[in-house]
Amino acid sequence: MKKFVFILITYLALITNCFADTDGNIEMSKKTNGETKDCFEGLNRGVFAFNQALDQIIIEPVAKGYRLLPSAFRKGTSNALNNISLVVTIPNNVLQGDIGLAGKNSARFVVNSTIGILGIFDPASKIGLNDYEKEDWGQTLATWGVGEGCYLVLPVLGPSTLRDASASLINYSGGNAWYNITVDEDTRYFSDFDYYASRGLTGVDFRAKNIESFNNLEQNSIDFYASVKSLYLQDRKKRILNSDEIIDTMDDSDWEEIETN
Amino acid sequence: MLKNFTNKILIIFIIFSLNSAYAQTPEEFIKEVTSKASSILKQNIEKNQKSQQLISLAKDSVDINGIGMYTLGKYKKIISEEQLREYTVLFNQYFLKSFSSRLSEYSDPKINVISQKYLNEKYTIVSSILVADDKRPEIKIDWRVYTKNPKNPLIRDLIIEGLSLARTQREEFNSVINGADGEVEVLFQTLRNFNKN
Repeated sequence: MKKFVFILITYLALITNCFADTDGNIEMSKKTNGETKDCFEGLNRGVFAFNQALDQIIIEPVAKGYRLLPSAFRKGTSNALNNISLVVTIPNNVLQGDIGLAGKNSARFVVNSTIGILGIFDPASKIGLNDYEKEDWGQTLATWGVGEGCYLVLPVLGPSTLRDASASLINYSGGNAWYNITVDEDTRYFSDFDYYASRGLTGVDFRAKNIESFNNLEQNSIDFYASVKSLYLQDRKKRILNSDEIIDTMDDSDWEEIETN
Repeated sequence: MLKNFTNKILIIFIIFSLNSAYAQTPEEFIKEVTSKASSILKQNIEKNQKSQQLISLAKDSVDINGIGMYTLGKYKKIISEEQLREYTVLFNQYFLKSFSSRLSEYSDPKINVISQKYLNEKYTIVSSILVADDKRPEIKIDWRVYTKNPKNPLIRDLIIEGLSLARTQREEFNSVINGADGEVEVLFQTLRNFNKN
């Protein structure tokens, strides 16, 4: 019940777009020119530095080790993790009004969980159930018109926004079937470990796929924090719009005034 | 008289043919640039030599000044002419250094150019795929090509999996300036430090 009340309060705060600024004043969101306000920049930079240290000491070495495993193993792990994520994607497809996609993803889940042996293999893609895009509660709130609120950097979990971070709490209140059967319910087949292992592996799998890109970005950035923030927010926008079209996700007017030849 | 006229027609025809031969579609232009970059990266030479060749390719094919202006964002309108000139020099050095450093990490990239989408007379987006290898998955790369002068198309942005590098760069630069209460000189100093190291 406490969880529910907390989530409700957070949503109400998001919907009205009112948040305490860093100086403690309650004010309307300062979201201007399509930019996400970094209300907690000082704190965010501190958490970002902590995450970087954690990455350097633990996550990157583990990701490097993970990459030494056979690619078939990594592919199978990645497939199984994607399959688990469908239990969150499908209800969000429905809530976003995308019933057709919800049906397609449900079929994908059934095929890969059975014929694909718990999602390790991906036979669904071979029968036309491909182009899977993850959806989460934050994306659903965005499609309902809820503003993203301020930018946030979470310890360990990394970049987020107030909307996305609070929406993710739904996963722990019945909104994630995988969490329900591992952590919330005492079943014979799964334990808490399975859930946390899957979360950890998702992070390691992502990091392993991006070792060079991350290092390269860090080396060539004059403000790495700002680069990561920009990339995260661009990625969220793209995912919320469910579009690969550049013209849908980018404002071309900025380019129009640049004349050089 | 007739001979003169015939000569003029012939000259016009030759000029027209030459122009047509050199006018590339943005898709062909990106194919050529990626092919050149791939040849440079494949060579078994010192990293420094590779960087020099990549820099030369970038100077010919990227609108560095245009990207620099875009990257400066709202501040380009409020800084002085002198500051703008200094910024242009610093940005050119910064861009070429980070560009060659970013690319030289790839040893043999395979890029398949797939299609182009005409946005308006100034811009065409060319879509391509960086083929997957053992270390990383397939990556979608879109190129924003500036076509105001169709005979000299130039790259203005790389959009990797929907994420614009130019936009990221602009937000990074603006963050540095905003963090210094709008003092552009702090960005200049940061760029000087980066270029020196």
